[in-house]
Amino acid sequence: MAATTLAQALNLGLRKALEGDRKVLVMGEDVGRLGGVFRITDGLHKDFGEDRVVDTPLAESGIVGTAVGLAFRGYRPVCEIQFDGFAYPAFDQIVSQLAKIRTRTRGRVTMPVVVRIPYGGGIGAVEHHSESPEAYFAHTAGLRVVSPASPADAYWMIQQSVACDDPVIFLEPKRRYWDREEFEPGAGAPLALHAARVARPGRDVTLVGYGPTVRVCLDAAAAAAQEGHSAEVIDLRSLSPLDTDTVARSVARTGRLVVVHEAPGFLGPGAELAASIGERCFYSLQAPTLRVTGYDTPYPPSRLENAYLPDLERVLDAVHHSLAY
Amino acid sequence: MRLLDAEGHRVEDPRWALDLSAEEERSLYRDMVLVRRFDAEATTLQRQGELGLWASLLGQEAAQIGAGRALDLRDFVFSSYREHGIAWCRGVDPVGMLGFWRGTAHGCWDPYHAGMANYQVVVGGHALHGVGYALGMQRDGADGAVLVCFGDGATSQGDVNEAFTFASVYGAPVVFYCQNNQWAISEPLERQTRVPLYRRALGFGFPGIQVDGNDVLACLAVARGALEHARSGAGPVLIEAVTYRMAPHTTSDDATRYRSADEAEEWAAKDPVARMRAYLERTGRADAGFFKEVDEEAETLALRVRGGCRAMPDPPPTAIFDHVYAGPHTLLDAQREEFTAFQAQFEDAP
Repeated sequence: MAATTLAQALNLGLRKALEGDRKVLVMGEDVGRLGGVFRITDGLHKDFGEDRVVDTPLAESGIVGTAVGLAFRGYRPVCEIQFDGFAYPAFDQIVSQLAKIRTRTRGRVTMPVVVRIPYGGGIGAVEHHSESPEAYFAHTAGLRVVSPASPADAYWMIQQSVACDDPVIFLEPKRRYWDREEFEPGAGAPLALHAARVARPGRDVTLVGYGPTVRVCLDAAAAAAQEGHSAEVIDLRSLSPLDTDTVARSVARTGRLVVVHEAPGFLGPGAELAASIGERCFYSLQAPTLRVTGYDTPYPPSRLENAYLPDLERVLDAVHHSLAY
Repeated sequence: MRLLDAEGHRVEDPRWALDLSAEEERSLYRDMVLVRRFDAEATTLQRQGELGLWASLLGQEAAQIGAGRALDLRDFVFSSYREHGIAWCRGVDPVGMLGFWRGTAHGCWDPYHAGMANYQVVVGGHALHGVGYALGMQRDGADGAVLVCFGDGATSQGDVNEAFTFASVYGAPVVFYCQNNQWAISEPLERQTRVPLYRRALGFGFPGIQVDGNDVLACLAVARGALEHARSGAGPVLIEAVTYRMAPHTTSDDATRYRSADEAEEWAAKDPVARMRAYLERTGRADAGFFKEVDEEAETLALRVRGGCRAMPDPPPTAIFDHVYAGPHTLLDAQREEFTAFQAQFEDAP
């Protein structure tokens, strides 16, 4: 068993998807000869040819819009948007077209399109390269929104997303691209695409993260353990649909919930979880749901991003507050 | 480019030979009269509260029937919300078209059956879909082409310009069919462009041609030629069909606020249906009996459309949850259940 990075796992998963169905295409800026700016599509152009791994003009709306047309024709395009902040030029095509064509055509036209978006901060990047746009997409009916946090999940979830007959916004935690994990590609059975996963069992408080913040939650849980507190960590994996059942089961035992994400807190996934867990676990809750999130500001210049991003200290602080109720 | 002048005299253009039988020419006229009558009936139905809105094609019959009749079964169409005449040529039932405007569904025909996607409301949003579909045809080795229909206003949209770029660099089999009807709601052509629209194509590296959009023969000839060009693998073409939106933008619009009666009169003299009729009469290709027959057929169609529209049932309330996702979605599935249970407690529940 070899240690594989999340980036390599995505590459392997895309390769399996391309091998498995000749209707699968990979398209985007620099995904061909270069292998993508993060090298996620490295080698695919050489092995599958330029008709299936397509370097596109530099136009995000054009990428998603033509993918919609290709799906109309029976293809399964996997689009790469180079960075989170560049998803917005394609916003109309994603939200008003891709998400709605199945409804518009009363189920006649299927849109099996994956839009891969490297997202989140923590890599010292310039403006527009560190954003977390998940709430926009999770708020849009017709889209599915997922985000793997580990190489094994990345490997399986990209294949499940390609196989899905609905459009999937596939958010890749770019600061975890180089995280390694030992797993055997192709071995074992994957978890369902939209199921949350208990990443670390615990008793006293439930920490919920996804994508880049799962590692933050695990680190906070380890630190809390040293203080004698047992934190359960849940990796949501999917934001639409949201596996509220798994979170509710945990909170029914712990009575305390802390949600951690990089996206701004206002109307974010943490707000949704606070409301739905409040509805479902009212009598189990020992404390209000707390959110540790990016602030409601534009993503800051990189010298300040450590102040913006939820980190171990902020999560631990929230754990203390929750336990103190 | 024109093959009929405003008075209906046939003009020859050696680049665009069009050899039609008298019967084919009569059928072009018939189609124009029928869609005009359908369009008028839809406007009336809106005024009577049967439709929420209607976007009239009045004045654009030649542009639409000409291009629509150039298509064949190999081809596929992506259009805006005004292309009822193209949909007619694709065999879409006009009663079916009205469901969208009545508010029973967002899309009222099977795109794969018609070879035409449902109306697109976001201006220019479908141009890229047409190019993507054409890229799929290219990969499949199919020998058809895609017709993408939009108006003069849409040429200002980023998506239309991106569609031009993608189609050009990949040599996609697409015919961009711009009906320049002079007005984007209240904004005249001068607010969209400083050059004739067909010349935009040159900058993207493919041919552009301007055609008299009120001349059904010219529209048919040019669309046929362009589709053949695209199908042959020679890449995209832009056609600018110069026409006029004789009605307001939609039934919600008041065109008297922004354009003069003189202008409307000037274009009324170029009426596409009258022009074809003058040609058929002058050349003896149709007699009074034919015109009478077509008019009667138009009235029958109007009656059928009226009856069909008024009889169109509202969908059941749970339809709001249908077809959002292909597979299960826990949130929607739970909401549907909750909604159904909530509805069921009322005595008049469906």
